Amino acid sequence: MSPRTAPSKNRAVQARRSVLLADGTIAHGARPRMEEEFLLEALRWMMKSRLYDQKVIALQRQGLFGVYSPGIGQEACIIGSAMAVDPVRDWMVPQYRELMATVHHGLPLEVITAQYLGKIGPARIPEGVKVLPTQVSIAAQLPQATGLAWGLRLRRQDSVVITYVGDGGSSEGDFHEGLNLAGVTRAPIVFFLSNNQWAISTSRKVQTATRNFALRAAGYGFEGVEVDGNDVMAVYDVTCEAVERARSGGGPSLIAAETYRMSFHNTTDNPSRYQDQKDYDEARSRDPIERVQKYLAGLGLWDAKREAQWTEEIREENERAMKMATEAPAPRPEDVFANVYEEPPPRVIRQRADLVDGQGG
Amino acid sequence: MGEMRMIEAVRAAITEEMERDERVLVMGEDVGRKGGVFGATDGLYARFGESRVLDTPLAESGIVGIAIGAALNGLIPIAEIQFADFIHPAFDQIVSEAARTRYRTNGDYSVPIVIRAPFGGGVHGGLYHSQSIEAFYAHVPGLKVVVPSTPSDAHGLLKAAIRDPDPVLFLEHKKVYRLVTEEVPDGDHLLAIGPAAVRREGTKLSCFAWGLMTHYCLQAAQELESEGVSVEVVDLRTLAPLDRDTILESVRRTGKAMVVHEDNLTGGFGAEVAATIAHHAFDSLDGPVVRVAAPDVPGMPFNTPQEDFFMPSPDKIAEAMRQLAAY
Repeated sequence: MSPRTAPSKNRAVQARRSVLLADGTIAHGARPRMEEEFLLEALRWMMKSRLYDQKVIALQRQGLFGVYSPGIGQEACIIGSAMAVDPVRDWMVPQYRELMATVHHGLPLEVITAQYLGKIGPARIPEGVKVLPTQVSIAAQLPQATGLAWGLRLRRQDSVVITYVGDGGSSEGDFHEGLNLAGVTRAPIVFFLSNNQWAISTSRKVQTATRNFALRAAGYGFEGVEVDGNDVMAVYDVTCEAVERARSGGGPSLIAAETYRMSFHNTTDNPSRYQDQKDYDEARSRDPIERVQKYLAGLGLWDAKREAQWTEEIREENERAMKMATEAPAPRPEDVFANVYEEPPPRVIRQRADLVDGQGG
Repeated sequence: MGEMRMIEAVRAAITEEMERDERVLVMGEDVGRKGGVFGATDGLYARFGESRVLDTPLAESGIVGIAIGAALNGLIPIAEIQFADFIHPAFDQIVSEAARTRYRTNGDYSVPIVIRAPFGGGVHGGLYHSQSIEAFYAHVPGLKVVVPSTPSDAHGLLKAAIRDPDPVLFLEHKKVYRLVTEEVPDGDHLLAIGPAAVRREGTKLSCFAWGLMTHYCLQAAQELESEGVSVEVVDLRTLAPLDRDTILESVRRTGKAMVVHEDNLTGGFGAEVAATIAHHAFDSLDGPVVRVAAPDVPGMPFNTPQEDFFMPSPDKIAEAMRQLAAY
């Protein structure tokens, strides 16, 4: 197999994909892949994501949790994309707002919660979970995801990589280098760009003059598709197509999911200083969770009683994970010297000894 | 294995490791069909094919980034940065990603990559083909920084770097590539990353250097010998980890210390060596710890008179040695 095959034809970007409209009805002519049972599963995950975020925000306000970036409003992106990849063989390379996608991909909720609480042992990614660590340095994960995908192909593994980035991340140099290298190597990778309209306070309008982030893919010689990022059925569909393309040797894809950050950048941020209330209200009317509930209610599969029951069950699940992470032992100060290198060099040994018993230097 | 120059020793080390382990790959600009601008990867493309010798686009951050990603799934990439001067766009991937991955994942993931970069001046390379960049990276925990000065060391250290479980920045001085020829041992020749080498024993003062400066210090020490001054020359070989024991042992014997590097003076790695000596061999010192380095100007000048002025030379080093010996 060769990493250097001819690039694909630059196809025109498709019109924005939409399946489930904001009012809970199916778009004219749309044929969703998701069947009802599967949609219920997606709904449950989306509710879990939102309820977890709400709980964490409350805890953070009480000083019981670290700085946190919620995914509220973006649950269709987070869950619809995660459901399209196979946790057994595919890799997930997150940024930091896709917490519940990584949980769907096999990272236990108590593990990632323990990470946020600064724990060490209980925060370790279990063997066999194909999730890379949360990425804080914006877009730095993209060349790595490309290298990971290229390596999977070299090793003839039947796996693809899904990686996440935002509208802000698309301006970074590593976005260009990562996508360009993926195009050149025809790496089996899906770049999932959640355009939530905000990079902290920087609006999407300031981020780029392009009218559509999916257009960026044409410059790298692969497929770009725009999707309603608040429509879990459409997100799932386009991600499945991109994953199939990657797995069958068709190369990378860029998915530009149009969504809205219905919360703050993180718990230190106050969007009322820069966000127009009108935009927020408009986004609320396109809520990704409510539209699924409306649609399922229309089919007789959803009602207030079921919502109350699920909410209670999910809260209990989330509480359990929170409790496990909270009760996990706190790290010892000398553990600060663990994992600097595989074998600690003399200076690490000396500095550790100095910390522990004043014998180093 | 016979006599080799350093460039040939580098090529031999890469070739042997690629033959030994099919997970070892080479990637970088012009490393494939051309075989690298210095010839370090000459012949590898024909031998191992394009899936193991990847000509990349001109994207240093991307080169290091894909090397990291490939390593995370068990491959062992050797990424070449064509000139150390161009490594700066990859600073984030090296410093914040490669060096920190093991730490920030509590050991769940490691990045066993080698980043090779030809560095150094005295070759009329001007501002952008002459830089010494070791101080930026030797500062970073999680990274190893190796700077061989002989063909045999380059061979053994590069093989060790490729097998090292942590990221290694491997700096090859361009002027040393074809400066000396020596016998390179046969067989599975591995040199530990860490220990310094005493290149010349002496009693009156200790001189610490790496890369090309090791050779200049040896020349200067030869000159001082004829004047009756015995100078010890220690080739640090690796800056991270630093062989503090050998440095301190030498200074405790001679009582005087000098560090020589062609990076500019302020904040150069010589400052770390000097501080280590000042703290831990203070009672043995019989003179100030002296640094011989390039002046604090933004780049290696292109024109010959200024380049000569910029570079520490055997003559300048010898003069500094005389003064320190007489202190």
